[in-house]
Order: sequence, then C-alpha cells, then structure tokens
Amino acid sequence: MVTVLLKQVKEFKKDSIMTPCFMVLEVFMETLIPYLMGRMITNGVEAGNMDYILQTGGIMLVLAAVGLWAGIMGGKHGARAAMGFGKNLREAMYTNIQTFSFSNIDKFSTASLVTRLTTDVTNIQNAYQMILRMCVRAPISLICAMAMAFFINARIASIYLVAVIFLACCLGVIIKFTMKYFSEVFKKYDDLNASVQENVTAQRVVKAFVREDYEIDKFHNASGNIYKMFVKAESMIALNFPVMQITVYSCIILISWVGANMIVGGALDKGDLMSLLNYCMNILMSLMMLSMVFVMITMSMASARRICEVLEEQADLTNPEQPDFEVPNGSIRFENVTFRYNKNSESPVLDHINLDIKSGETIGIIGGTGSSKTSLVNLISRLYDVSEGAVYVGGKDVRTYDCETLRNEVSVVLQKNVLFSGTILENLRWGDENATDEECKRACELACADEFIQRMPDKYNTYIEQGGSNVSGGQKQRLCIARALLKKPKILILDDSTSAVDTATDAKIRRAFATEIPGTTKLIVAQRISSIQDADRIIVMDNGRVDAFDTHENLLENNVIYREVYEAQTGGSGDFDENGGEQ
Amino acid sequence: MAEAKVVKGPMRGRAMGPRPKIENPGKILKRILGYVLKNYSVHCVLVLLCIVGNVLANIQGTNFLQVLIDDYIEPMIGQPNPNFGPLLQAILRVAGFYLLGVLCAYSQARIMVNVTQGTMKRLRDDMFAHMSRLPIKYFDTHTHGDIMSIYTNDIDTLRQMISQSIPQMISSVITVVGVLISMVRLSIPLTGLTLVMVAVMMFVTKNVVGKSGSYFQKQQAALGRVNGFIEERMEGQKVVKVFCHEEKSMEEFKALNEELFDNAYNANRFANLMGPINAQIGNLSYVLVACVGAILALNNVGAFTIGKLASFLTFNKSFNMPINQVSQQLNSIVMALAGGKRVFDLLDEKEEVDEGYVTLVHAKQENGKLVECKERTGMWAWKHTHQADGSVDYVELKGDVVFDDVDFGYTDEKMVLHNIKMYATPGQKIAFVGSTGAGKTTITNLINRFYDIQDGKIRYDGINVNKIKKADLRRSLGIVLQDTHLFTATVMENIRFGKLDATDEEVIAAAKLANADGFIRQLPEGYNTVLTGDGANLSQGQRQLLAIARAAVADPPVLILDEATSSIDTRTEKIVQDGMDKLMHGRTTFVIAHRLSTVKNSDCIMVLEQGRIIERGTHDELIEEKGKYYQLYTGNAIAEG
Repeated sequence: MVTVLLKQVKEFKKDSIMTPCFMVLEVFMETLIPYLMGRMITNGVEAGNMDYILQTGGIMLVLAAVGLWAGIMGGKHGARAAMGFGKNLREAMYTNIQTFSFSNIDKFSTASLVTRLTTDVTNIQNAYQMILRMCVRAPISLICAMAMAFFINARIASIYLVAVIFLACCLGVIIKFTMKYFSEVFKKYDDLNASVQENVTAQRVVKAFVREDYEIDKFHNASGNIYKMFVKAESMIALNFPVMQITVYSCIILISWVGANMIVGGALDKGDLMSLLNYCMNILMSLMMLSMVFVMITMSMASARRICEVLEEQADLTNPEQPDFEVPNGSIRFENVTFRYNKNSESPVLDHINLDIKSGETIGIIGGTGSSKTSLVNLISRLYDVSEGAVYVGGKDVRTYDCETLRNEVSVVLQKNVLFSGTILENLRWGDENATDEECKRACELACADEFIQRMPDKYNTYIEQGGSNVSGGQKQRLCIARALLKKPKILILDDSTSAVDTATDAKIRRAFATEIPGTTKLIVAQRISSIQDADRIIVMDNGRVDAFDTHENLLENNVIYREVYEAQTGGSGDFDENGGEQ
Repeated sequence: MAEAKVVKGPMRGRAMGPRPKIENPGKILKRILGYVLKNYSVHCVLVLLCIVGNVLANIQGTNFLQVLIDDYIEPMIGQPNPNFGPLLQAILRVAGFYLLGVLCAYSQARIMVNVTQGTMKRLRDDMFAHMSRLPIKYFDTHTHGDIMSIYTNDIDTLRQMISQSIPQMISSVITVVGVLISMVRLSIPLTGLTLVMVAVMMFVTKNVVGKSGSYFQKQQAALGRVNGFIEERMEGQKVVKVFCHEEKSMEEFKALNEELFDNAYNANRFANLMGPINAQIGNLSYVLVACVGAILALNNVGAFTIGKLASFLTFNKSFNMPINQVSQQLNSIVMALAGGKRVFDLLDEKEEVDEGYVTLVHAKQENGKLVECKERTGMWAWKHTHQADGSVDYVELKGDVVFDDVDFGYTDEKMVLHNIKMYATPGQKIAFVGSTGAGKTTITNLINRFYDIQDGKIRYDGINVNKIKKADLRRSLGIVLQDTHLFTATVMENIRFGKLDATDEEVIAAAKLANADGFIRQLPEGYNTVLTGDGANLSQGQRQLLAIARAAVADPPVLILDEATSSIDTRTEKIVQDGMDKLMHGRTTFVIAHRLSTVKNSDCIMVLEQGRIIERGTHDELIEEKGKYYQLYTGNAIAEG
C-alpha cells in the first residue's frame, strides 16, 4: 500500500529527501547547544574565564542561527513535498477514474469517490508533511540527545536508557489498548450518527406516528452506551501524560542524587549536570512527538487504504489493440447475449438475448422495473461488456471498435443525466466541440428545448448552476437530448429521457425525430406506452428476457404483458398525472 | 454551496485554515462553559486544583535544582567526609512532591474524561430530543447534510475544546504565572531579558500569521473550486464517459489542481515558518540568558550563583513552551466556538408549539352515553375539557374532516393553497388529483398539522384542529408517505413502529392485510431480518408494503395515503394496490392518487390546480363536465407554457 502511494511523490522526491535532511541539521544544532552551555558553566563561570563565555556564547548564537535556517528550509521543502504529493495523488486518482468503465464507477459510488478525492487526500497530505518533518526528527533527536548524554557521562546516561525503554513499553501497551477500544467506539459512534441521519430523513414518519419520545429513548440508550465506551477508551489515554511525567521525574530525582554524589566525588562537574538535565527534557519531547506521529499515521491509514483502492483499480474495459474507426451503419444485432453485473452472481441480468434491428428503425422498449431495459441499451455503446455472446453495431462486434468512435456514433441519453455548471452553449458543445451556434440551436429545436431557452434572460448563454438546479426536470431532459443530438449519431438511444416532459411535447419531439433524422436508428426506452406506440417495433422486456418484439398492433393482440400495461395505462389503473410533470 | 463534509467519528480530519469570524464569541464560550459546569461544577473545581498542584510540583522541582547545587553540592565539594544525609532527605521530599504532581496529573486527566464525555452525551441527547420536537419546517429549510454535520463535526470541535484546549490553556496560564514569579525571585534582569525575547517571538509570529492568513484564504478558495469540480464531475462521470470527454475533463482538473497546489504550498510554507522561528527564538533566548547569566554568576552580581542559573535556564525553557501552546490552542478554540454556535443555533430553534388541550381517549358506550375507559375498545373519543368551567365533554371520534376556506403558504409572502373548502364524512374516500406542485401533498400535511394554516379553519369531528393536542391528532391519523422510510431494525420492529405495544400476532396480521407477509417470509430471517440503510436491500414495492403494514397495525380511523409515483412493475403494483384497498376499507381516507383505479372508486375527487380546487365530484360527474379532469383522464392535456 505504501509503495503504491509513494509512487506518486514523483517530481517532489527532491523535496521529500531535503526535508528530513534539514530537520536533522536543525536537530544537530539544537543538541549541541546544551552541551556548549555546560562547557560554558564549567570552563567559563567556574574557571572565571570571561573570554571563554563570550566565545562559547558566540558559537551558540551561530548554531541557533544555522538551526533557524535549517528549520525554515525544512518547512519550505516539507510544504512543497506534501502539497505536491497531495496534488499528484489527486491527479493520479482522477486520471485513473477517467479510465473507469461504468461497472468500475458502480463499484465505488459517486459519494465515496468524492470523499476519496477530497477529504482522504487532505488527510494523507497532512500526514505526509508530519512524517517528513517529525518522523525523522523525533528519533534523531532522541538518538542525538542520548549520544550526547553518553558522551558526557555514561553512567548517568544509562538511567535515560532504562527510562526510555520503560516509557516506550508503557506507551506501547497504552496505545495497543486504546486502539482496540477506539476502533470499537468509532464503529458504535458511526452507528449512532447513522441513526441520527435516519431520524432526520424519516422525520415525517416519526412525527406522523407520534414516536418522538420513543426515538428519544432509543437514542438516550445508545448515547449512554457510547458514553461508557468512550470513558473506558479515554481512561487509557488519561494514563499517557502521568506515565511520561513519572518517568521524567524519576530521571531528575535519580540524576540529582547520582549527579550530586559524582560531583562531590569529583567525577562530574556542575556544567555537565545541567547539560544532562537538559537532554532529559529533549528525550522526553522527542518521545512525545513520536507517539503523536504514531497516532497521526494510524488515523490516516484508513484514508491511505481508500486512496489505494482507487489507484489500484483496473479498468475492466479496454480499447482493442487494433481498433476499428469506422461504423458503417446504424444496425444493431444481439447474438445470444447474456450479461451479469457481477461475474459471480448466479442469475444473469440479461439472459440469451437475440435481436436484430435494421439501420434507421425506431424501436420502443418497455417493461417493468428490473426487467433490464437499461442494461440492454447500455451494451450497445459498450458501456458494459457482455458476459457471453456478442453485440454487433453496423455488422461488427462492438469490442472491435475504438471506444470513442463507437460512443460518438451511438449517442445515449442516460436515465440519470446531468448537466454541468456552465452556459447552455457550453453544455451543448459536449456533444460536438466545434458545433456552430446555429447547429446548437437546430438541435435544441429538434429536442423542443429552443422554446424555453428563448424565454430565458440570457438565452443560450444562460448559466446552468451545478447539478442543473436552475432548470426544471423536463427542461433538463430536453437539453440532454439536444446535447446527444449534436453528435449526429448513427444510433440514438433515449433511456427514459422524456419522463418529466409532458405528453404533448414528448410527442412533438418524436415527430421531429421521425421527419428530421430519419436515417438514425432510434431506441426509446419508456414507461409510458404513448411514448413508444408509434415505434416501428417494440421490445417487451420481462425479467432479463425479450418477451416479445413486434409492432404495437401485433403486441396488443398477442402479448399478455403488453396488453396488461396498455390497459392499465389507458383504462384501468395506470399512471395518471405523469403528464403534469412540466410546469 | 458548502463543500461536502464527510467526516466520520471524532478526531478524524481536522481542518487547518483561516480562523472563521464569529459574532459574540464571549457569549458562546460562556454558554459552553455553563453547559459543562451545570453538571460537573465539583469536577471542574477538582480539575482546577489538580492543575495547580501539577504546575506547583513542577516548579518546586525546578527550584530544587538551585538548592541542590548551591546548598548541597557546593558546600560538600572538598569536604573529606561529606554527609549525604540531608541531601537524601531533601531529594526524597522533592520526590514526594513530584509524586503528588503525577497523581494530580492523572486525576485531572481521568476526571476530564468523565466531564468531557458526560457533557458530550448531554449535548447529543439534548440536541436529539430538541431536534425531534422541531417543526417539519426546520427540516425543510435545513439540508440533511448540514444537520448531520452538527452532530459530527461541530460536536467534535467542542469535544476537542473541552477536553484539551481549555485545561491546557488554564495550565499554561498558571505555568506562566508560576514560572514568572520564580524567575523574578531568581533574577530580575534575566527575567527582563526573557520577556523581551517573548515579545520578539510574539511580534514575529503575528507578522507571519498575518502573511500566511491571506494565503490560507486563497488556499481555501482554491480548495473549494477543486472540491466543487470533483463533486460535479464524479456525479456526471458516466456522462463524461458517454461523451468521451475524459481528456478534456483531465485538462480542466489539472489546471485547477495546479492552482490549488500553488496556493497550498505558499500557505503551508508560511505556516511552517512558525515552528522553527519559535523554536530558534526560544533557543536564542536560552543562549542569551546563559551568556548573561554566566557573566552575572562570574561577577557574582546580585548574589547570582550557578545554581540559580541552572534553575533559571530550565524556567526559561518552560516559559516559552506554554506560550507556544496557547497560540496553538487558540486556533482550535476559535473553531470550537464556530461549532458551538451551530450547536446552540439548533438548540435555540423554536420547538413545535402545541397549545391543544383536546385529547384522545379510549371510550365505550354506557347507557347510551360515551364514557372514558382505560382498555382498548376500538372506540375512541375526543375528551374536550372546557377551559372556562372545567367541565368535560366527550365527542366520538368518527373521522369527519372539514376544511373551511383554508389559505396556506410555507412563508407568509407566498400562498400555495387558496380558499380550500372540502368535507369528508366518516368512511368516505376523498381523492386529490392534479399536476405536480398543485398542492395535493400540502393539503394532507395540514390535516395532521405538520404545518399551520394562515387563514380559515380545519375541523375534525367538529373540533377545530388547533384545539386538539398534536400527538393525539396524529395518533388518530394513519399515514403512508410517498417515500417509505425504514429504520435500522428488524422487519417486526419496523412494522411495530405503528403501535409499540402490538403483539407479534398483531404485527403479522397487519403484514397479511398489507400483502407484505408473503415476501417477508421469504427474507433470510423472516420477520427477524434486520433492515439497514433505509431498507436498502428491499425493492421499492416491498418497502411500500411495509409502510402499509405499519399503518395497518396502528389501525387509525382516518388514513392519509400518498400513492407512490415511482414506477414499480405492473404486478407488484397490483399487490400494493390491493393492500392499500384493504387498508382503506371502512376508514375515512384522503388519498393523493396517481392511479386511475383509486380515483375511480373514490366518493369524491378534488382536482387541484395551482393551489385551488378547480373541480370536484365523482368520476362520472367529472367526466361529464369535460374539464381538466377529463383532460387528465384521456391523457390529452396540453401542458401550459
């Protein structure tokens, strides 16, 4: 996992190496100062040598200045390395996501991809900076202080060694237990928040059934449990600081006693004693820093794992080696096609589909939810790959085409469609970058979008807000159709794309299609029979199979499902006010 | 738009950035502290004592260094037979104090755990309880994400502040004061020198912070742009694929990402200056004090000794540390205040008011008169206590609902319902039809008083609904919402939500009535299957069946049904429809209808348009009228506009 992430350091390798180097230099400077101070006391003050005091003082100032410079440089390179690393991570993830097929995207879900690209990267970026600056610094500082202590007096320094080992063991045990407790608490805590979320979304249900007090009681119980678990976990952490203090205090007491004995015995001078006490503080500080870094790293592990998952995800749909760049016509053929979203799932989503659609035909597709209408059409532009069999467009297997060529010739208006923030024209030009204003207008006229665009204050330059929040559902659908039309595709697929458009406009769009782009093969997936009954032929889907494929009249006569739906919608119990969608 | 905040659990992801501006921070701080002190005043006093104890123990230890060198070591040097007895005693005394200090430190930390977590629990409980009693309007005007963020992010900043920032600030202040006093006692000139260096440190820090602040703002802005772009493009990633826009998308992203990098680098570069500058100014201060102190000791100015110098140097170090800590903690306190403000904003929201006094009671007929009784009789009555003389009337609950010239708007400026007049006699089925946004759902939300009307009257069994206690009013109304919400619990518990004391048999009977029994039995654990994520593993139709069962188990005299528009396949739809029909049988029902069959067997159909009832009557009457209903029915409606 770490290697996958570290690969993204790239051009910031130099900075990543420089940072710890400067930190080490800073540590060296800092470690030398207490030693010189001790010398100054012994050789300067005690010996009464003024020059020595001034001389050593000068050296110390130089050391402090060098330390300052090193610290600043370390900070600078650290910032560059960490921010650069974050930048590269984001870019690498984004690049890899661009290669994802639909099934890769399904696997992650949009919300989780967003979190990974934003919060997770920020976490890692901060952790990386911390590691570069502290992870090297803390142990080096520890080692240096220890080495200096041994250099001054090995006997006293051995007290430190014992203390450090004792402290490390204690901290290790504390961390181990805290980790265990906290991972439990966090899980419960997430559950608690999930239940808050549930209550927020279901507030109307709670109120309608007058269950406020019931839910409050439930919440109190849960929060009480969490309280107990938190107290248990944090009580462990509460040991942290006292344990450190007791170690340091013991050291001070021991050094005072041993040191005093040695000084009196002549084996140590007072300056050395002061240096030693100073190193005691340094050692403690570096240990505290180490435990902090450790916590920080473990906390960012989850983020690291989530980022790696995105980076390591292999696109499961690739361009052929020698792609075909020519789609001869708009005919479509399904040959024994079976399709599963997940290789391991038992029941296929599409089961042995055989279809033959001629170029220029208008085909309606109807069927209940879960009857795999969308899955069927998504195979045509190779948004997913078939599990068995083959799909042919223009007489060639879709897997032999260059993906971009295929998708430009097979234009899909997705069921869950989005517009992007930008002007209407900019959005339309997703279909064709070089489309002229006239061409854009023409496409909008076909999609019956021109009429409402003309009524907007800035017409075609109207700015669409993020998520298309300033256009209605029906307007959005019509813009999406216009955008798809601009590709001038050989095959046009509308996947339930007029559901929010009123029946009259829907009919107008279909009429325009029939007269203006007769050569284009049109596939219309719909819930409403009226949207498809004029089609040349209609596919009736049921449970992943083609139940029937015939004209409206024949289906009405021969197909049970179709007749049922037809009767439900026109006489019996069909959708009633759907046509009110457009306001 | 706010950027998505997806922080789960405490301690994960603390934002670094410019300090947000808050109005009246003192008031919020006072409120937070008040919250803590309310239940934990004794604890807090103890904590304070412990902090003082710990600091004093530390200071006496440092002071001992001087005593050690000057009073014990110096005199003993050169003595042929030094007596270590007094020194041992002194050291043991210091050790004793140290031990007390450590005990104080532990007690403080341990008590704070209870204080913090207890306060957090209370805050959470209060927030949840308060939130549950807020009017629906609150949930209309606040996004779920924003509400959730109060429970996670904002509460977290408070936890940070209570558990760490405040104790550390207090301990820092006490340390500074204690150390300052000790330093003055040791040497006034050296204290002056130390203070000058602290002033320098603060001056430099302030300048650096000022510089980095503007960069941080730029960084936040750039981060906002990148996050916004990411959100939008991830949402539309499939469209990007369909239009083969990957390359272009990459280019746009790279440009934004590069901009973010530049700003983030600059912001952090400046922020990173702080650490080394402070550390080295601290070192500088140390060196200067060492030199000057050495000279003082050499010339024995003001009885300055090496022992004093040793103590002073240690104080010098421990003086700089708390000052650095204060500036660090200040940042998280400011963040906590911003979080605290949002928490208190939630707690300050006005609860749903309920001045109703008519209650719902079980009743039975006795000698031709209605009397109240304890047990469930299947008969209900409104208990109307007259405010004037305290006399009590009982009115049988029948389900007679009258709207008298009702006007309503979500805000006072814009009315969405105008002059609504309608009546439903017990057992009648009233259907509302009309296009989206015509006001169908709004009307039903007025019956159970999710919202209060601006003008007119709604009467329920002849009683103005304003006089009925909301809880009792709602208990008398069963409701099946368009979107089914399920809770993380078993199927059994989810259905029982309708009537908490329902037996298993009652629940199963309700499920059978709703046609839900069949699919429930096919679930892995049957009625004990645990549903999670709002029943994510169920189909739309199955979720609706559960909602119907939930209403069925409540067995209310009046029903409000919002038929789902979402397309479920014809067969499931039939099962759902059948379940609904059984539920409606014998009850006054208001149904927002999307299916013709529902509409057709209604006793009265209200056709709504733009908040007005434009047509009313039975199916046949309305067809005869050849108006809007006829258009809707024949599907030839031409949409306006």
